[in-house]
Amino acid sequence: MTTTETRTGRYVGAPVKRKEDRALLTGRGRYLDDLTLPGQVSMAVVRSPYGHAKINGIDVVAARAAEGVVAVFTGAELAEDWLGSLPCAWPVTEDIKMPPHFPLATDKARYQGDGVAVVVAESRALAKDAAELVEVDYEPLDATVGLAASLDDGAPLVHDELGTNECYVWKLATDDVEAAIEVADVVVTRRYYQPPLIPNAIEPRGVLAQIGPTSEVTLWSSTQVPHILRFALQLVLGIPESKIRVIAPDVGGGFGSKLDVYAEEALAIALARRLDRPVKWIEERSENSVATIHGRDFDTELTLAATRDGTITAVKADVTAAMGAYLQLVTPGVPLLGAWIYAGPYDIRNYSVTFTGVFTNTTPTDAYRGAGRPEATYVLERTMDALAVELGMDRLELRRQNFISEFPSTIASGLTIDSGDYHASLDELVKRLDLDSLLSEQRRRREAGAVKQLGVGFSTYNEMCGLAPSRILGAIRYAVGGWDSATVRFQPLGSVQVVSGTSPHGQGHETAWSQIVADSLGVDFDDVEVLHGDTAVSQLGMDTYGSRSLPVGGIALVHAAEKVIAKAREIVAHQLEVAGEDLEFDAGTFSVKGSADHSMTIKEASFAAHTAHNLPDGMEPGLEATATYDPPNFSWPGGAHAAVVEVDTETGDTRLIRYVAVDDVGSVVNPQIVDGQVHGGITQGIAAALYEEGIYDEDGNLVTSTMVSYGIPSAADLPSYELARTESPSPTNPLGVKGVGETGTIASAPAVINAVVDALSHLGVTDVQMPATPERVWRTIQEARQ
Amino acid sequence: MIPVRFEYEAASSVEQARELLRAGDEDAKVLAGGHSLIPAMKLRASRPSLLVDIGRLRGELAYVRDEGEQLAIGALTRHAELERDPLVQAHCAVLSHAAGMVGDPQVRHRGTIGGSLAHADPSGDLPAVIVALGAELTIVGDSGKRTVAADEFFRGVWETAIGRGELLTEIRVPKLGAASGWAYQKFTRRALDWAAVGVAVVLTRDNGSVRNPRIVLASMGGTPLRASAAEAAFTSADHAEAAAQVIAEGTEPSDDGFASAEFRGHLARVIGRRALEEALGRR
Repeated sequence: MTTTETRTGRYVGAPVKRKEDRALLTGRGRYLDDLTLPGQVSMAVVRSPYGHAKINGIDVVAARAAEGVVAVFTGAELAEDWLGSLPCAWPVTEDIKMPPHFPLATDKARYQGDGVAVVVAESRALAKDAAELVEVDYEPLDATVGLAASLDDGAPLVHDELGTNECYVWKLATDDVEAAIEVADVVVTRRYYQPPLIPNAIEPRGVLAQIGPTSEVTLWSSTQVPHILRFALQLVLGIPESKIRVIAPDVGGGFGSKLDVYAEEALAIALARRLDRPVKWIEERSENSVATIHGRDFDTELTLAATRDGTITAVKADVTAAMGAYLQLVTPGVPLLGAWIYAGPYDIRNYSVTFTGVFTNTTPTDAYRGAGRPEATYVLERTMDALAVELGMDRLELRRQNFISEFPSTIASGLTIDSGDYHASLDELVKRLDLDSLLSEQRRRREAGAVKQLGVGFSTYNEMCGLAPSRILGAIRYAVGGWDSATVRFQPLGSVQVVSGTSPHGQGHETAWSQIVADSLGVDFDDVEVLHGDTAVSQLGMDTYGSRSLPVGGIALVHAAEKVIAKAREIVAHQLEVAGEDLEFDAGTFSVKGSADHSMTIKEASFAAHTAHNLPDGMEPGLEATATYDPPNFSWPGGAHAAVVEVDTETGDTRLIRYVAVDDVGSVVNPQIVDGQVHGGITQGIAAALYEEGIYDEDGNLVTSTMVSYGIPSAADLPSYELARTESPSPTNPLGVKGVGETGTIASAPAVINAVVDALSHLGVTDVQMPATPERVWRTIQEARQ
Repeated sequence: MIPVRFEYEAASSVEQARELLRAGDEDAKVLAGGHSLIPAMKLRASRPSLLVDIGRLRGELAYVRDEGEQLAIGALTRHAELERDPLVQAHCAVLSHAAGMVGDPQVRHRGTIGGSLAHADPSGDLPAVIVALGAELTIVGDSGKRTVAADEFFRGVWETAIGRGELLTEIRVPKLGAASGWAYQKFTRRALDWAAVGVAVVLTRDNGSVRNPRIVLASMGGTPLRASAAEAAFTSADHAEAAAQVIAEGTEPSDDGFASAEFRGHLARVIGRRALEEALGRR
């Protein structure tokens, strides 16, 4: 790994080692399955083996009689436990169809893995064994699987009562798109399918529910969103939020798959309430493949129109997006998260996107790392290469010619990009890549007719993250706010507690938040303790997703620290008998201007605040502050990525041999954490390009339900990445930061597929369906040769 | 993730292992390294009633011995041991080479040659190599030891010549001389995948002609398959291409997520040609 470094404070900007890691790496983390309560029982969910089937009856007699079984319930038997459906918080249009989605299906199973009954037993193994004994009388139905076919007349209906599989149609367009396409010198239209991806956090999901000792409910869940989950549970179960405590213990990754409210979370509480025993459920690895949301599954037709000299005049995207069988928390909104970036970093004045959401008999889709933006960037960056070919222009020249170059920039889709320098990122990339040598090696291999051909692919991108200005979210019908909160609390003797409203699950907030607070307050990094992931500790928060924690929660933290400093300043001013504005605060010490030996540390101020012996009149004792922060804009990272691949033209085997990324994520708090995020993100995009694909057969059976059949790559398949950064600080926040959690995933897939196509273009190949598996590449070469 | 309930016994001798197996029902299974069986059990694809763990028999069953024309290899010899064993490297390098290609380092440090052969996964690496070597397998049963030729050992997917109450104890491979050529190549999508196609080749070179080529395909059917048409065609060094062209003849490979049957046939020809050329060029 190339670690770049810019440093702006004692800690901020430095590659501080993560304080979380010692415990996590030595097995001292406390993940969901490390928790055990007295009297606890285990839950297993009986899931439909069919993609679509009517439930004629369920016989639970044998299961109830099995060893160790405490209870068995069918969906019908639990129906009265639900006040409401599992919530979808993003009804993207007024007339969106939102079919009910209860924790267990009762009338029919709508995807393979849909829960139809639950078994509770004394151990996990006994619950699993008994679940096999539940006999469900299924009547298999024809399934709707393909995106295009879902809207055909006579397509099997996922929700019969809707009379259609269409969930919604959502549009965003400037006035004259069609006219601009009409008059353009060159128009390129391409269609792309981006198949389902199956998120596989290293820790699968899990829940543990406990009722009591009085009426309160505690739910431990391996979740990204304890706060959102808490209010959702009130909607589903009718238990007031004030009586629900949600705890996210150490959470082993999420990637969006734990940004959700799942059936098992409601089921565990309902069963704990009925049985008066703590109920635990740990997802099995293969169960994760069907029971946890999928990502992507987009069919997109993208049109770019341009003048002959390479000025792009219009972009138009028509997207059909699979919702899967039900709407989960933000399912319908996933396409919208990319809706504003179909023009990417390019200045394209005529703009149109149309999303059609459709129901299919597949696992519900929802946000998966990048959520809507990888899907947009992929089709745009693939089509940029196609347009360059059509224009006879160099692909990088076409990009440079159309880059937005003045910031802030209001783009055709209506939002304003905060800052950036797309030319700088691309120039740096080309330099690091040594592009000329690569291209001459490519020529040599082509001329020699080598079996292994070389390809270089690019992706220049931007994205919008740091979710999000609440007013904008409201305008696009997202049901919750986009602000966040933080509390900074001095203890009497000078150590500091930070309470975070965002909920880390591997990101390293404890380290980054400590860096920020230590620099703000002038205390030691190790004196800062970060609390999070428990609604009883952190009352206010909107959790972690959409690369929002630092650009939203991190700014709340800065503001909370400023409030603490302001109060401390009043205390010091009072005790030193000077005016507050006569005090300078630096490195943890207030000193009187021009009289440096006349000073008091913030720790001393904390002690004074807690003894309260000598405070200004009317001041409340204690030294802590909470701030909430609602960002005025999204944050807009960008950059340039390149992939170098070697393709065995006899077998189709495609190996990534280099990957170079130059990202601009604004100012950086911890370069090591940023590099880690970029590494992981790039890997997930490469996986989509070359390895991973959720495949259903025509009956709705997921044929890639194990780690043997679903192609997650390992380190052995990938090169070490070469990372670098350019820095355009965001002017919208005091840290200058932007989100970084998703950039790698957004940028990388098109770079890799562009590289594969580049390697084979001399053979007549113009596109390769992702993922570019050996067989697919081999077939593409065969077809091009014909 | 959670296997069906099973009984577990740890054997302290080959004889006791056999007694335990005889006492169990027909679904009793032997546990060696566990790196194929346990994952299959976790998926509930394999549901043994009893596991007889022979892991404590390493003193009896983990060895490599020079026995003149042959090497005798104990069934509990681990892949990593085969990979590094000086006798195997010197006299049967195709086996140490292939053992080094099995799974990942964790698998190679737990998995055993006997376990890999007895598990009889048609996409396994060592079954194909053992057949290409014309190895002999020693099975201990009620009437003592018997020897089964590798060609006769594999009966189907996860099925072998090992009978109920029997134990595979030893594998005897021929020492390869200087005139021998060998190769094992496999095609995997990911580094850690099972072979979509594997080709094992052992042959004798004689002034440009090829004698006794044994060409064996992994993952092209229910068992390791001798590519007899290719063997017949591979009479001299300049027939490698022609032999590779007929390497998949008579096979009926499966269609699955790793490869279609058609692509497997194509891969067998490409990988086969590369393996034959590698074997010819072996120094």
